[in-house]
Amino acid sequence: MEAFTTHTGRVVPLRRSNVDTDQIIPAVWLKQVSRTGFEKGLFSAWREDPGFVLNQPAYQGASILVSGPDFGTGSSREHAVWALQQYGFRVVIAARFGDIFRNNSTKMGLLPVVLPAETVEALQSAAEADPALEVTVDLGERRVVWAGESAGFEIDDYTRWRLMEGLDDIGLTLRNADDIAAYENGRQSWLPTTV
Amino acid sequence: MGRTLAEKVWEQHVVRRAEGEPDLLYIDLHLVHEVTSPQAFDGLRMAGRKVRRPDLTIATEDHNVPTVLGPISDPVSKTQVETLRKNCAEFGVRLHPMGDAGQGVVHIIGPQFGLTQPGMTIVCGDSHTSTHGAFGGIAFGIGTSEVEHVLATQTLPAYRPKTMAIEVSGELPTGVTAKDLILAIIAKIGTGGGQGYIVEYRGEAVRKLSMEGRMTVCNMSIEAGARAGMIAPDETTFEYLKGRPHAPTGAAWDAAVEYWKSLTTDADAVFDTVVEIDASTLTPFVTWGTNPGQGAPLGTAVPVPEETDDPAAARRALEYMGLTAGTPLREIAVDTVFVGSCTNGRLEDLRAAAEVLRGRKVVTRTLIVPGSMLVKLQAEQEGLHEVFKAAGAEWREAGCSMCLGMNPDTLAPGERSASTSNRNFEGRQGKGGRTHLVSPAVAAATAVTGKLTAPADLA
Ligand code: SF4
Repeated sequence: MEAFTTHTGRVVPLRRSNVDTDQIIPAVWLKQVSRTGFEKGLFSAWREDPGFVLNQPAYQGASILVSGPDFGTGSSREHAVWALQQYGFRVVIAARFGDIFRNNSTKMGLLPVVLPAETVEALQSAAEADPALEVTVDLGERRVVWAGESAGFEIDDYTRWRLMEGLDDIGLTLRNADDIAAYENGRQSWLPTTV
Repeated sequence: MGRTLAEKVWEQHVVRRAEGEPDLLYIDLHLVHEVTSPQAFDGLRMAGRKVRRPDLTIATEDHNVPTVLGPISDPVSKTQVETLRKNCAEFGVRLHPMGDAGQGVVHIIGPQFGLTQPGMTIVCGDSHTSTHGAFGGIAFGIGTSEVEHVLATQTLPAYRPKTMAIEVSGELPTGVTAKDLILAIIAKIGTGGGQGYIVEYRGEAVRKLSMEGRMTVCNMSIEAGARAGMIAPDETTFEYLKGRPHAPTGAAWDAAVEYWKSLTTDADAVFDTVVEIDASTLTPFVTWGTNPGQGAPLGTAVPVPEETDDPAAARRALEYMGLTAGTPLREIAVDTVFVGSCTNGRLEDLRAAAEVLRGRKVVTRTLIVPGSMLVKLQAEQEGLHEVFKAAGAEWREAGCSMCLGMNPDTLAPGERSASTSNRNFEGRQGKGGRTHLVSPAVAAATAVTGKLTAPADLA
């Protein structure tokens, strides 16, 4: 996983609520067995509308997506995170996220930032007024800064540390292999096996 | 202070707890399917890791499979299925491939084999893993990185979600089903209402549900944003499990049942949130919008966006759905009816649809898709397939089918369906398709009239 410390970039304001993962990447794109090439599927149905915000020249190259509440609800598909990252996003800001999406993001190094709905709207309005607006997301300071404004956000210490170090969860868990083995020895004998 | 069911099951599975870190949770059963696993197996291969517990892992092919006999014609789908076969062979994971008597939708086969038992932790790279909570375990969906983590370690680092009780008092009126109940619950608390929670469904109406109905309810917990849904095990649960291939037998059965009986929320336990709903006031429920929270009783009309909680979203939904505010829901004409999926693809669901279709004819394209090969076999033993065929419906092979636009069963742009699945998202059943979520009984009645209809409306 790529480490995340601080990131400065421009914003795409996505004025929609309940952006489910079927919209982020429709099912037809999930058939690939590789981990690459998903950027083409990002919002593919919505991108057919020339007026859709991602199609507007002013927002090309932006790397921070600022969405309405309940972003990433629905399907567990991690492909949604891959598609956002491969398209060039490093941060998604919203007032609420789907739980699985938020988990998947932090496993991959895409930073989900929860800000109050009013702050999200203010940020969207600022980016609509000035698409060149630069926003800095500082994970160390847990703060989003733009045009003289700033807003703090919460993230638990452990996830923050893992993101800032770019650590792989599996490696961390395997340090506790003895605990896992000990637990396995104490499991009830009636528990089912698949064999 | 007493503990909730969720807390009891969680605590039972903590492998390691350390200050400032998520708990390391042991996973009793890992279900795998072709869509969310290839990159996880690749990750294992690249790191030179093995599957730690192939004996606690089981795979099936469901999302991509065609539901008419024959090979997969789409080469990309075919590659994905073949990749799963190669991975399962290489890593020693038991697989139920297309054509196998044990094949079916991942959330149908776990319970049907008796692999899903009370008090277990169950994960799958699929958000509807919440289905398995109907047996009183903690079951939740995970992403591909986590799939790889569970394959490699049989554990997951996780923070315990908060707990929510949904107390369903009273009795469901005749003709009102588990599907109507969960759609009404989601409309009440919203698609984000359960975020950060494990929901425990409680109360008289829940206790009276069959295991299949309980699975329907828990299945859609994720549509209310909840991480998991669960129902305390009771005699209905034990009765369902007894004699299934992977259920314990003899003395082990007695020991298991004794433990399972302890899996209830203590009387003095406190939930972080409590929601109450009176089952006796419910009627058949359908969705009108593009998320499962945008639903209403069938007897009402398409709402006026300004009168909803999120007018912008409602306006957008009506535009996508091609609906006008004020139109009675019963006047909405559909092109296709789909009965199936992990929400409503079990035997009881097929019986409910058959009861309505017996001696009647469908006027729409109607797909009846059993959730597993075993469900198919059982339905055929009861002669349900003859009822469906006589009514003019299509009787298919097992798979996810029209629940998602990933296999040949899809809606065309602008086409409208009444569907027993779980998601009415834009394009979920095929690009431009319009979905109304309904119960199996309403789906069948709708197939007869061509408009959203409850069985009670049929002469
Ligand atoms: S039936 Fe639908 S919701 Fe269930 S696993 Fe298949 S695609 Fe997912």
